Amino acid sequence: MNHLLSIEELDRVAIERIVARAASFAEVSDREIKKVPALRGRMVLNLFYEASTRTRSSFELAAKRLSADVVNFAASGSSIEKGESLKDTVLTLSAHKPDAIVLRTPWAGSAELVSRWCAAAVVNAGDGKHEHPTQALLDVYTLRSRLGGIDGASIWIVGDVAHSRVARSNIIAFQRMGAKVTVAGPPTLIPRGIEALGCEVRFTLQELESADVVYALRMQRERMSETWVPSLREYASWYQINGQRLAPRQVLMHPGPVNRGVELSGEVVDSPQAVITAQVEAGVVVRMAVLYELLAGTRAPSVAPRQAETAGAATVGGGRPA
Amino acid sequence: MAAGPLLHERRAPADVLLRDFHVLDPRCGIDARHDVRLGGGRIAGLGAPGTLEAGAGEELLDGRGRLMLLPAFFDPHVHLRTPGQEHKEDLQSGTRAAAAGGFAGVIAMPNTDPVLDSAPLLRSLRDAAAREARVPVGFLAAITRGLQGEQLTEMAELTEQGALGFTDDGRAVQSAGMLRKALQYQRLCGGVVALHEEDSTLSRGGSMHEGAISAELGLGGIPTISESTMVARDAAIAGYEDARVHFQHLSCAASVDAVAAAKARGWRVSSEVTPHHLLLTEEDVRGMDTRMKMFPPLAGASDREALIAGLRSGTIDCVASDHAPHARDEKEVPFEQAPMGTTGLETAFAALHTGLVLTGVLDLGLLVERMTAGAGLFELPASLIATGEPANLTLVDLDAEWVAGESGWVSRSENSCFAGRRFQGRVLLTVAAGAIVFRERALAAVALR
Repeated sequence: MNHLLSIEELDRVAIERIVARAASFAEVSDREIKKVPALRGRMVLNLFYEASTRTRSSFELAAKRLSADVVNFAASGSSIEKGESLKDTVLTLSAHKPDAIVLRTPWAGSAELVSRWCAAAVVNAGDGKHEHPTQALLDVYTLRSRLGGIDGASIWIVGDVAHSRVARSNIIAFQRMGAKVTVAGPPTLIPRGIEALGCEVRFTLQELESADVVYALRMQRERMSETWVPSLREYASWYQINGQRLAPRQVLMHPGPVNRGVELSGEVVDSPQAVITAQVEAGVVVRMAVLYELLAGTRAPSVAPRQAETAGAATVGGGRPA
Repeated sequence: MAAGPLLHERRAPADVLLRDFHVLDPRCGIDARHDVRLGGGRIAGLGAPGTLEAGAGEELLDGRGRLMLLPAFFDPHVHLRTPGQEHKEDLQSGTRAAAAGGFAGVIAMPNTDPVLDSAPLLRSLRDAAAREARVPVGFLAAITRGLQGEQLTEMAELTEQGALGFTDDGRAVQSAGMLRKALQYQRLCGGVVALHEEDSTLSRGGSMHEGAISAELGLGGIPTISESTMVARDAAIAGYEDARVHFQHLSCAASVDAVAAAKARGWRVSSEVTPHHLLLTEEDVRGMDTRMKMFPPLAGASDREALIAGLRSGTIDCVASDHAPHARDEKEVPFEQAPMGTTGLETAFAALHTGLVLTGVLDLGLLVERMTAGAGLFELPASLIATGEPANLTLVDLDAEWVAGESGWVSRSENSCFAGRRFQGRVLLTVAAGAIVFRERALAAVALR
């Protein structure tokens, strides 16, 4: 794997490999010194064109736990605001010779473009409404930890599918892992043609009880001003996941940040069915696994973590397990 | 001051004997081998193969019965970017690209910077064309000032200064009331009103055709109804006002239906289609190559079929390239940020010959008719291959294979949606207004005495 540009390009074997490696990193988070030297001397550049606290800090934490150097480059207050093009920014930053660029932009396909412009491994941390592959990987990781497996599970993705890169990546990832995916939301927020991805489409939450997993999407308040829905109040009454709609046996997921009282009621956020904080935790180990896959072994690697010994590529080039 | 509807630089008329060419001109009913003599800017003689002798000082080109001689093509829809965007194209580079594609006449769109919406600007552009244009070029002026859709341009003054008609191309006239006033004014000033159709309340936020692929890629979709409802609306307004309108770059089945219905009612409408809409679909956008981003967007396979059928039946009157050059750095950006448009002048004939004629979908004669019909739609004379007619000819080798863009482009820009495609059929020589305006290097090898 040279880049992580989309879930689309990963098959089930690759997804399972990354998830298994993430599991092997979970132990690092419990150590007193939460660090392994696997990527010592490597540089990870976080290039974020959209405001993001959790994804960026999750990548930053992941890189630091692998002992990589991290540089954060955010859109506000930078050359980007001064009108520099994406390509010029990437070429300029490439002069620092980053080993990986973690990229988030509001434009579909930008991670792939950047991968053609520079030598670094590119990780797509969200490209417009297209994909958010590490989110899908961490969601698969979280669900496997909770359910043991995803094969045959029924997963409902509820809400604003049209504007959600998380929805697209997860529809693909969950199906690739053997789940059956249904998307549900107001007709104005379900893109025409989405069923081509293999999911079923519903416009109401009738039969939500058949789901094993309910994955609620964030309802962005700015969608209101564009009149995608008549009101958030009405949206909530039709699509909010609340105590009446969520059965005790169902698992509740959300990519965060949650709008309490809109897509989720406060009670379900705080319920034991919610795995929302587990998702955040999984984010770090999954991103460690992704960075490790991309960077360890590409050149003389430093020291691999104990649990990753079996992964052949990790030790190519003379590295020794710690 | 410049005169005539179309303007071009002065060039010496060609004295050429074209020996034993396969002459195909559907308007003149010719489809046979002939000798053709060009002299004094006109077709000076036409005879059976081997009957005309080359005179002193006359160049001889031998078609050996194999090379084709066609009436030169006409493109009623190009963007030459002058004034204001000469880094993309200018009058000279754009009309040289036209010549390389076998075109002996083009009509330039007014969405320049500043917008062509005033008589003084039109005068200066026409003067520049008379100095710089390789092939004859005419101009459409804007319907509304600054293409803002709010106030009519001084239409009568603009036609008096030589505007062939009006268009807000690049945008649609959103207000039905505004369009109606323009069509009423047409009674005073004449000129064809050409319409880019797009209901912006339906297309806003979109960057490709709405469907399975836009859903998969997470790109905002532009529904075909954004175009077709406006075609139907504006055909009805034209019918009510008995006005003459031309629908630009049709892209979907529903629009073809709307034009057919308007024609069946006897309304004075015509329409055009681009080579890219006839040959490509939304599938070609899957790789998010910005050269595949154009307006209207490439639509579905059934839309493409309907466009081909419409062109064949005559519901669609002509082919237009919508040649829309953009600089490399403007297109080297994420798909959603990229400007709309593809170049098209240099590939139009080869692409359609390869994609539609060689595949048996369209007859060559019909393609030639549709690639020359644009002139008549704008009340200009069509190229004809007959003795005494002005010499406007395109010489093509239907067997020559080439890869689009392999030896660069004549256009200043290279944003061709066909770049890298292998084509069969190549323009070798173009004669416009009596002069040789383009000569392919390969010509020396295939047609020297």
